[in-house]
Amino acid sequence: MTALIVAEHDNTHLNALTLNAVTAATRCSEEVHVLVIGHGASQPAEQAAKLQGVSKVLLADAPHFADQLAENAAAQVLAVAGSYSHILFAATATGKSVAPRVAAWLDVAQVSEITAVVAADTFERPIYAGNAVATVKSLDSIKVLTVRSTSFAACQAEGGNATVEAVSAVADSGLSQFVSREISKSDRPELAAAKIIVSGGRALGSADKFQATLLPLAEQLGAALGASRAAVDSGYAPNDLQVGQTGKIVAPDLYVACGISGAIQHLAGMKDSKIIVAINKDPDAPIFSVADYGLEADLFTAIPELLKALQQ
Amino acid sequence: MKILVPIKRVVDFNIKVRVKPDGSGVDLDNVKMAINPFDEIAMEEAVRFKENGKATEVVAVSCGSALCQETLRTALALGADRAILVESSEELQPLAVAKLLKALVDQEQPDLVILGKQAIDDDCNQTGQMLAALLDRPQGTYASKIDFEDQHVVVTREVDGGLETVRLALPAIVTADLRLNEPRYVTLPNIMKAKKKPLEVKSPAELQVDVSPRLQTLKVSEPPVRAAGVKVPDVATLVAKLKHEAKVI
Repeated sequence: MTALIVAEHDNTHLNALTLNAVTAATRCSEEVHVLVIGHGASQPAEQAAKLQGVSKVLLADAPHFADQLAENAAAQVLAVAGSYSHILFAATATGKSVAPRVAAWLDVAQVSEITAVVAADTFERPIYAGNAVATVKSLDSIKVLTVRSTSFAACQAEGGNATVEAVSAVADSGLSQFVSREISKSDRPELAAAKIIVSGGRALGSADKFQATLLPLAEQLGAALGASRAAVDSGYAPNDLQVGQTGKIVAPDLYVACGISGAIQHLAGMKDSKIIVAINKDPDAPIFSVADYGLEADLFTAIPELLKALQQ
Repeated sequence: MKILVPIKRVVDFNIKVRVKPDGSGVDLDNVKMAINPFDEIAMEEAVRFKENGKATEVVAVSCGSALCQETLRTALALGADRAILVESSEELQPLAVAKLLKALVDQEQPDLVILGKQAIDDDCNQTGQMLAALLDRPQGTYASKIDFEDQHVVVTREVDGGLETVRLALPAIVTADLRLNEPRYVTLPNIMKAKKKPLEVKSPAELQVDVSPRLQTLKVSEPPVRAAGVKVPDVATLVAKLKHEAKVI
């Protein structure tokens, strides 16, 4: 039994979430290979070769893989899928787009967002926005999985010594074309990988106040900015900051929820954080039921005060 | 242009489900059911394309028990022209639904299929991608904007860290994200009109699809409960606790 991980990368860097997928893979199978699909992607392939627990890296490199379109990526996975017992992806926008395509072609089920490996064919996964946990057993010969990275520790980034083997690239499907990408540029750490997150809700009141109130605190703490769905829907924060079941699932060391009431949807996205701080003036806000430290206060006075205390 | 919109009947998003004490699943007795919110967004988008003259026909499809007829009537009230139910009392998993939808696409030959990115019950996020694979057609997942451009559909997608735009050859499969549109409210006259629209019932056997489950649910349990902590009286105490007790700053 060998597991294959399809690497998440941007052609220059291996995405850190791949390291969590490696840990999940080592619980499924003794041998773990990584497939890098990209263009000019020898750097992420070399980074993957150093990961502890990885014994082989396959590199499929071609111009039509530059933007990792799901149609081409899935076809490439299928081309090498043959002998693997498990095919794993990090549960990112890319992974979640490609994995079901691969599973359907293999005529097997896909198991989404696994949070634990119970046995090589049995996995735990959250359902109903995290309000229940299902233990499911796959009856298929090949298990196609997406991995919720916050549920698995990252493997060691150094210490491995895998070989990098070039594999022949499948032809361009011609079905889809990449047009453009607008990735928000920010000096803040990436939300999914941040150690500290400062997150704001509807109580911030406007996009200007969201930035003016939370950004200095985030800068002071070296934190990423996050937002509740209510704040995003109200236009206070861009979509990609949304933490919750339909946004990002995060588990930082410290999550500071400012003016967030704590809808089930939001809690599903952050309740695995190590320490949760809630600042809210409503004493009955559900967020207090999951917070390690709750401060019942108006955030417009509490946050500047907090900032001042941290600067001392 | 014909648009097919698959919809799923799910527990209403306002309901907090309870796990059954025997661990066999969640309790769905006497629970309010509704159209999956992401599928409702997909339906709204299709109806808007019909209203602005880009689409000629919108067909709603659902796979599941006879009760899904009610959900399909909601879709008809939202503006679909006709509906098809693939009736089955079995548990239908994403791969089975994708196969049923493929069989219907082969019959109906739509130019575009729009469906929700995921259902809020099993949270799988698979059916659209699986359907695209089985049809060997392109996919635009997590759409926040859909435009047409000579025999292609241009889809802006919500991806990690921002937006990405792709151009897909038609026919194509697009999955709707939260911000594609805000669905309209169903009006009483439209509910009355929906009752007269055609609703056809088919079976998996007629479509020659094997729908046997590939995943066996061994148990369903409550998620681990996170205990509430303490309330702190002021900012100074909070900072002290974070520094000396939690040691996270």
